[in-house]
Amino acid sequence: MSKRLSPLVVGSWLILLGLVATALLSPYVAPHNPIRERLIDRLLPPVWVEDGEWRYLLGTDHLGRDLVSRIIYGSRVSLVVGFAAVAIGGALGIALGVAAGFLGGQTDEVIMAVADMQLAFPTILFAIAIIAVLGPSFINLVIVIGISGWVTYARIARGQVLSVREKEFVEAIRAQGGSQWRIVWRHILPNILSPLIVVATLDLARTIILESTLSFLGLGIQPPTPSWGGMLSDGREYLLSAWWIATFPGVALMLTALSFNRLGDWVRDLTDPRLRRMELR
Amino acid sequence: MPRYLIRRLGRAIFALWGISTIVFVVLRLSGDPATLLLPQEASVEDVMRLRHDLGLDAPLLLQYLRFLGSSVAGNFGESLRHREPAMALVRSHLWATLELSFAAFFVAAVVAVPTGILAAVKPHSLQDHAVMTLTLIGQSAPTFWIGIMLILTFGLELRWFPIGGRGTLSHLVMPALTLGAFAMASIARLTRSAMLDVLRLDYINTARAKGLSNRRVIWKHALKNAAIPVVTIMGLQFGALLGGAVVTETVFSWPGIGRLAIQGIYNRDYPVVQASVFIAAAFFVLINFVVDLLYTIFDPRIRYE
Repeated sequence: MSKRLSPLVVGSWLILLGLVATALLSPYVAPHNPIRERLIDRLLPPVWVEDGEWRYLLGTDHLGRDLVSRIIYGSRVSLVVGFAAVAIGGALGIALGVAAGFLGGQTDEVIMAVADMQLAFPTILFAIAIIAVLGPSFINLVIVIGISGWVTYARIARGQVLSVREKEFVEAIRAQGGSQWRIVWRHILPNILSPLIVVATLDLARTIILESTLSFLGLGIQPPTPSWGGMLSDGREYLLSAWWIATFPGVALMLTALSFNRLGDWVRDLTDPRLRRMELR
Repeated sequence: MPRYLIRRLGRAIFALWGISTIVFVVLRLSGDPATLLLPQEASVEDVMRLRHDLGLDAPLLLQYLRFLGSSVAGNFGESLRHREPAMALVRSHLWATLELSFAAFFVAAVVAVPTGILAAVKPHSLQDHAVMTLTLIGQSAPTFWIGIMLILTFGLELRWFPIGGRGTLSHLVMPALTLGAFAMASIARLTRSAMLDVLRLDYINTARAKGLSNRRVIWKHALKNAAIPVVTIMGLQFGALLGGAVVTETVFSWPGIGRLAIQGIYNRDYPVVQASVFIAAAFFVLINFVVDLLYTIFDPRIRYE
């Protein structure tokens, strides 16, 4: 038990709960307006550095905007894009994976061939090419990031369906005249859910990082809306004079991704019977 | 074996065809490069002439067939911006990307496998926790941020390494670490869990009971059976490196095909984007193919019929 509630797991929960809270309550917890420019206050260092001011705990950027406030508002972008993309990728992947596993034959062949094809295409190039064409809007960003992740869900769902499909309880339902749809919805999906929850949790880390990467390259959330990747891109121009601009949004990103990764591992340890058995040894 | 190879090859070719088709369609939807290439004051006739020269006035289907026919021959047309064959441009940038990717992969593998084993030998010990925490960080920090932090610390502050460009070995250090960080963490974690799975098997007890040294048991007997998942993830990670190279090359101004592709997208230089994406995908497919073959060496039970 001690391993399951390690400080890292507790810390991850706290970080994510805090993140969700600040994202929801951004206007109330942010000390400043995140997009208001005050050139008199530009490039102020964090409070613990010489010339730092209490008004700006983590300092200001090249336009005199408060970094704390921008990071707080930036969490909204990260979380909303992250969750929405996971929802899209997960729904698409699970639907296609279940279809492939349950129907088999030609359907299976085609879906898996398309999956292979997508895996042969570096995700970031795919995302960049599509967004360069469609334009960098919020919706496009969510759709592209979502679609880029469906294959993992599909593969896991398909594998699980294949192993559950032949189980006796499914046979029994079929013998009783249960419809295909009912078998999938009521009996197969609940049985394959836990590995998919693990995948979704880990995928949140991936989608959030991908969003920040695209914003960093100028293809994601557009200024002046604060996003962590966009802030890093700004900060890159001021590395010599203001290291804090590129440092703190990255810390926020890393802690967020780390928390989702750790929780994903934690859920897996909890739900994977193989691992649980290992611990009992 | 040959039949399996043929089927596998068919799939690989199908993947390449699909990718180039998607690239073709997506990029043709993105707008007219002729208007971008010419100065603002260019006349309509100038635009029409350029479109004709570039073959952009042909029906889309014909453009597509031409594209397929010539890409089979490795000809992706001339770069719209640089006025030289796109393939030559990609080839001249390819070596830089391969150098970076192999260096990153090498660093990752050389550090990760022993680290993973170190953690697995004493599960739940201090060294295990340290490895797991570090690898968690490595998997969570975004590539471009690692790059920026390295530039800040070792480039600008300590002045140990140059912060951009390609040339000497010291130019390679920070980009390779940046690009390899994620793969390093993933390979280390997988090595650990694969080793843990193997180390509790009976044959390991037998080997120990025979009086073999711990070192021999771990490096020879256990590692050989733990190698399959490790090789799998190495293959996958190498492919992912090609994607990560895009970002790393941008951060470090590394003159590779990732940066070339990004610039191509910004300039709407279709042929360059198509050629670089096609080559990247071809490498990816090739690597996965090799990984599949390696399985049969590591695990004689796998024999594809």
